[in-house]
Amino acid sequence: MTEQRFTGTDRYVATEDLMTAVNAAVTLGRPILIKGEPGTGKTQLAEEIARGLERPLLQWHVKSTTKAQQGLYEYDAVARLRDSQLGDERVHDIANYIVKGPMWEAFEQEVQPVLLIDEIDKADIEFPNDLLRELDRMEFYVYETHQTVVAKHRPIIVITSNNEKELPDAFLRRCFFHYIRFPDAETMRDIVDVHYPNLKKELLDEALHAFFDLRDIPGLKKKPSTSELLDWLKLLLAEDVSPEVLAGNDRRKTLPPLHGALLKNEQDVHLFERLIFLNQREGR
Amino acid sequence: MLIRFFFMLREGGLKVSITEFLTLLEVLESRIAGYSVDEFYYLSRACLIKDEALFDRFDRVFSEHFKGIQHLFGDDTAEIPEEWLRRHFERLMSEEDKALVESLGGWEKLMETLRQRLEEQEGRHEGGSKWIGTGGTSPFGAYGYNPEGIRIGQEGSRHRRAVKVWDKREFRNLDDTVELGTRNLKVALRRLRRFAREGAADELDLPDTIESTARNAGLLDIRMVPERHNAVKVLLFLDAGGSMDDHVRVCEELFSAARGEFKHLEYFYFHNCVYEGVWKDNMRRHSDRTPLMDVLHKYSSDYKLILVGDATMSPYEIHYPGGSVEHWNEEAGAAWMKRLLDTYPKAIWLNPEPVNRWEYTPSIRMISELMAERMYPLTVSGLEEGMRTLR
Repeated sequence: MTEQRFTGTDRYVATEDLMTAVNAAVTLGRPILIKGEPGTGKTQLAEEIARGLERPLLQWHVKSTTKAQQGLYEYDAVARLRDSQLGDERVHDIANYIVKGPMWEAFEQEVQPVLLIDEIDKADIEFPNDLLRELDRMEFYVYETHQTVVAKHRPIIVITSNNEKELPDAFLRRCFFHYIRFPDAETMRDIVDVHYPNLKKELLDEALHAFFDLRDIPGLKKKPSTSELLDWLKLLLAEDVSPEVLAGNDRRKTLPPLHGALLKNEQDVHLFERLIFLNQREGR
Repeated sequence: MLIRFFFMLREGGLKVSITEFLTLLEVLESRIAGYSVDEFYYLSRACLIKDEALFDRFDRVFSEHFKGIQHLFGDDTAEIPEEWLRRHFERLMSEEDKALVESLGGWEKLMETLRQRLEEQEGRHEGGSKWIGTGGTSPFGAYGYNPEGIRIGQEGSRHRRAVKVWDKREFRNLDDTVELGTRNLKVALRRLRRFAREGAADELDLPDTIESTARNAGLLDIRMVPERHNAVKVLLFLDAGGSMDDHVRVCEELFSAARGEFKHLEYFYFHNCVYEGVWKDNMRRHSDRTPLMDVLHKYSSDYKLILVGDATMSPYEIHYPGGSVEHWNEEAGAAWMKRLLDTYPKAIWLNPEPVNRWEYTPSIRMISELMAERMYPLTVSGLEEGMRTLR
């Protein structure tokens, strides 16, 4: 195994604890489970590991109907049945109807790939249990063709979860775990720096201030996240809003400009307006 | 040394397995980490702890284990409001502990001892079983193992210096888990499960396929059905505060069991009796209220309603406008209860008070009448009975 270390990339700021966890997972070839608030860059992490270590990236996005078997392979029995009725020649070789899943693809890569299993908590409760052996041994057996598929290189498996369901202990025991915390103001500055290096310092200060103020408002249905901050900054830049406008408009009194990028919920906007109204009244 | 750490983690209530521990050793052997304590902390956390709710507990054990190496903690003794201590104390204590305290001379006596010791003690203290300080087994102090101990000074930060990562206790808010006792409750709640086929048809319906293929003169006709899943929706109303403080533990267990079991679970808090407003976050009960009317309109009547409360209050709080202890209610609690029950015909009330006390408390009788006798004790058997009613 190569002695490569992941230290973040030019567009992804990794904190020290995140780097430690990722490097441990990479070195030992074990899956790493990533949890955290939505919009803190869980999915992006896999992309950036692949980019930083120059590995191919395979993605498996899990939905509520996804079965573990689909990640390995699928036997398209229906197609074979149809072909048999139409008298197709292909029907005699069962291998023609085995469709490889993302895990199989990952096992066949010539260099150690990064495999992203995104939002594992969306799937059925048994889903993680069905993958135990595959994640442990990095091999599986194809019943239809009687072959065992073994990984050429243990892939770096990044699993993300939004905590909608609890994951079974047996599964957790096989993973490293990292919880991405919401970044503090300092880290946030680094993150914004990476994305918008030319941002004027004053604008950034004001914007971050407005952003963290907004997050502190109790009762918001959805707190704005990092990705939303970045979108908002992009808009501010595109509209060429000056820092004075941001500063001059006291956040306790009016909505920040282009608030649509930050507040995604009608009730939240209402709540915010109500707070502003109350504040204005108190101010007088 | 790490073996001791391993056992300390397990004693601290963290179910760290041997394989996870071996993984940690493997990582250490592969020299990924440098030799700093910080890196070791991150590594061991990534290897051993798989739930952010347990991070806080891990931080505590970690700091306990490494306190001999790094003297980090500031002086923890400070003036503490007695009220706050008492609340904390009562919540953490089991019935037996409370009895024990009584036998020691009661709460007043205990507080007196605490005060005396605060006076006697000079300077900072660690370990030991008498003095107030960090990491000891005395009931007073911080980071201790005495589970019913009083934690002093961790709330304030004025004496903090050179605080290390694990000592910042940033994950404290996430530690909302309760001891394993939820399993029984989960099994009981499972009785409510009802499977239904809903959504996209993506499962082969074999019998139907065979039948329609046969009808189709042997030409394949594939029939699909949607998958089965739990379609039960639950609306949970929890009484919070006041006399419910004694029952916080069992309610937490119920809550975490219910959260794991139902996909459609909505919960609200109320105080003593349901009035025009309920709330989602107990810390902001006065600022962030949801009008009950909104709840009634938003959630359809196929939701099953579970009210949890001790129903122990003054009868005025149920039957008279303005009877609420917290605010002026225009309409009586009974009117709101009726509206709630009219909207959700499938409803039960779970009461954590022991059944033998029910008949002596008039308000419990009144609520039970309002609920048409659908009140059950908050025990596993009571829950099972209640679930049968809800079905």
